[in-house]
Amino acid sequence: MKTNTTLHPVDQPLEMRHLTARVWKSFFFLSTIIAITALTALLLSIINQSFGYVVIENKVQPAAVAPQPLETLPPESLIEILRSSLNRNRIRAIERQGLLVERSQAELFALVMENIIRPEVVASYNLDQSLFNRRSIEAAAAEKYPHGALEFRSWLNRGFLLNAMNSKPELTGVRGALIGSLLLILITIAFALPAGVGAAIYLEEYADTSTRINRVIQANIDNLAGVPSIVYGILGLAIFVRGMEAVTSGAVFGVTDSNGRTVLSAGLTMALLILPIIIINAQEAIRAVPKSLRDASYGLGGTKWQTIWNHVLPYALPGILTGTILAISRAIGETAPLIVVGASTLLTQDPSGPFSKFTALPVQIYNWTSRPQAEYRHIAAAAILVLLATLLSMNAIAVILRNRFSRKSL
Amino acid sequence: MEKPMAKVQASRAAPVQENLARPDLAKRPRTGESLIQAFLFVCGAVSILTTLGIVYELGKEALLFFGNPDIDLIGFLTQTTWQPSIGQFGVLPLVNATLMTSFFAMLVALPLGLGAAIYLSEYASPKTRGTLKPILEVLAGVPTVVYGYFALTFMTPLLRSVFGSGTVEIYNTLSAGLVMGIMILPLVSSMSEDALSAVPRSLRDAAYGLGATRLETAVQVILPAALSGIVAAFIIGISRAIGETMIVAIAAGSGPNFTFNPFRSAETMTGYIARISGGDVSYDTPDYNSIFAIGLLLFVITLSLTIFSRRLVRRFREVYE
Repeated sequence: MKTNTTLHPVDQPLEMRHLTARVWKSFFFLSTIIAITALTALLLSIINQSFGYVVIENKVQPAAVAPQPLETLPPESLIEILRSSLNRNRIRAIERQGLLVERSQAELFALVMENIIRPEVVASYNLDQSLFNRRSIEAAAAEKYPHGALEFRSWLNRGFLLNAMNSKPELTGVRGALIGSLLLILITIAFALPAGVGAAIYLEEYADTSTRINRVIQANIDNLAGVPSIVYGILGLAIFVRGMEAVTSGAVFGVTDSNGRTVLSAGLTMALLILPIIIINAQEAIRAVPKSLRDASYGLGGTKWQTIWNHVLPYALPGILTGTILAISRAIGETAPLIVVGASTLLTQDPSGPFSKFTALPVQIYNWTSRPQAEYRHIAAAAILVLLATLLSMNAIAVILRNRFSRKSL
Repeated sequence: MEKPMAKVQASRAAPVQENLARPDLAKRPRTGESLIQAFLFVCGAVSILTTLGIVYELGKEALLFFGNPDIDLIGFLTQTTWQPSIGQFGVLPLVNATLMTSFFAMLVALPLGLGAAIYLSEYASPKTRGTLKPILEVLAGVPTVVYGYFALTFMTPLLRSVFGSGTVEIYNTLSAGLVMGIMILPLVSSMSEDALSAVPRSLRDAAYGLGATRLETAVQVILPAALSGIVAAFIIGISRAIGETMIVAIAAGSGPNFTFNPFRSAETMTGYIARISGGDVSYDTPDYNSIFAIGLLLFVITLSLTIFSRRLVRRFREVYE
């Protein structure tokens, strides 16, 4: 028996069997650990890029403009500085957004910094270098950029959240992208939630599953959930951007200055994308409603719709809401269909309504990531932190909702 | 006969009372209810319309693409150069890159996903499970554009420091594929775990009762019983890998390149669609039509994988009790 290579496990010595078991157990454990390590590495590498030392060099030294520190100057002197250093066209361009004399000291200071001093990030370092190699960074910066100032910068800062998009990485912000994402999600929910819940009610309460058409609908929904998101993008490009351009560009509503690549097109595309997810989740929630509840309602003379509206839906609501929030968090992170539908790469004006050009947070991350310069890597990382924070809070809301409602209804 | 007559007379005398005493039991037409039902049916039909829309639009534009005299279906499927500017439309470089990234992804996701699933369902204590599962779910919820960033700023530099920056290009299919594997891992592990947990406890008890170790039970009893579900998880994983866009668009490189070298850059089908449509492409050009042809190919591949996995589960599911 011992010479037989294909030894049945039971004939092997017990220690051998236990040894194999232990080896494999550690492999199984290791695979789980690798997954968790990957998640940690992902988060750490993003945090690593979001903070760190930067060397800032001023195009014009503040001392050459005024003897005192600029931030302590009164508004009048700041206006004086602006008028003397900038040509007339530039001043006029600035005044178009508000007269200089009417602006506050802080605003004027920002104008002086942006237009005259023009600080620029000439070198940037990651968090790990900044923490562990501080000496060598200081030495290198002092040698290479004698006029530069070394300072610790959080790329995720207040200005980054509140500024409009700008072609300079130091000054750019995600305000437009955040507003774009918000508008997009509102439109997506407005279309996907009623249609999705409606379809789920039909399939669970009305549809006779023995008929062919209803079976086809069900199988079709399951299959649609597996279609790659970029295919939805192509569909959106053909139908909403191009086919229904008159509606999605707002031409029929009197909007003239846009084409079909609008928030509305993107929102409708996204609604199609998350529809199967919402339907499947809502179906599960409706299926979990006990039959006795329906029977009681019918017994009291309720019609079918009265039963559904007054008893089935309220009972299934927490499940439906949880599924919807999960679907929305999928939509918030989805990038590919938006790129295909035609998100703008540089949007200096915030999207203002369903018919304006749009960009969204993940699209912005993609654009910044594709640039070779190091500064764009940092702002992409900062934008990722914003995106992940949004998703995390969405999921937290989903969990809280589920817990609260399930305690109430039981 | 007398009693109804009496009633009729009574009803003439006091019609209101009669209504209360004996309601009309005939089914009344309820327009509101029928309207609602019709509306709900339309909601359900939207999904069908979506599918039809995909097939129709993709098919229509793809036909326009093949209607171009420079392009024929055979050449499209067999030529190894994709250069629309000189009239070369061979889709193989794009398909090849897609297959390469998907292959690397599955190389990571299959063993690790299955390993994690077996660990979670057969070994882990309920408490460990309770902590590990949510972490895997977080991994599944990370947007793919973030994975793309991770591939470019973490995995690629890592590969370059291991294999030398001379051999590894900045954009390469290996890095994109490996990170895609990490992205798909939670999907494979959670679907496989569901399949493993669905195997009834009695099978485990029987194996233990016969003196099998935990490993022998897991591998020789539970795994075969759950095989259809696990294979379905793998197929869904492959389909996800083929359809994934952002990771490859960011990390695998742009520009079709027919190569089997994992360290070189090559554009996948999805990456091509994203690049072409990302620029302001004008309508009715071969470029514009080509994204529909490639999109149709992508749709057909992923849809058949999905349908195949569903069939598989239904066909080979072991039914207990």
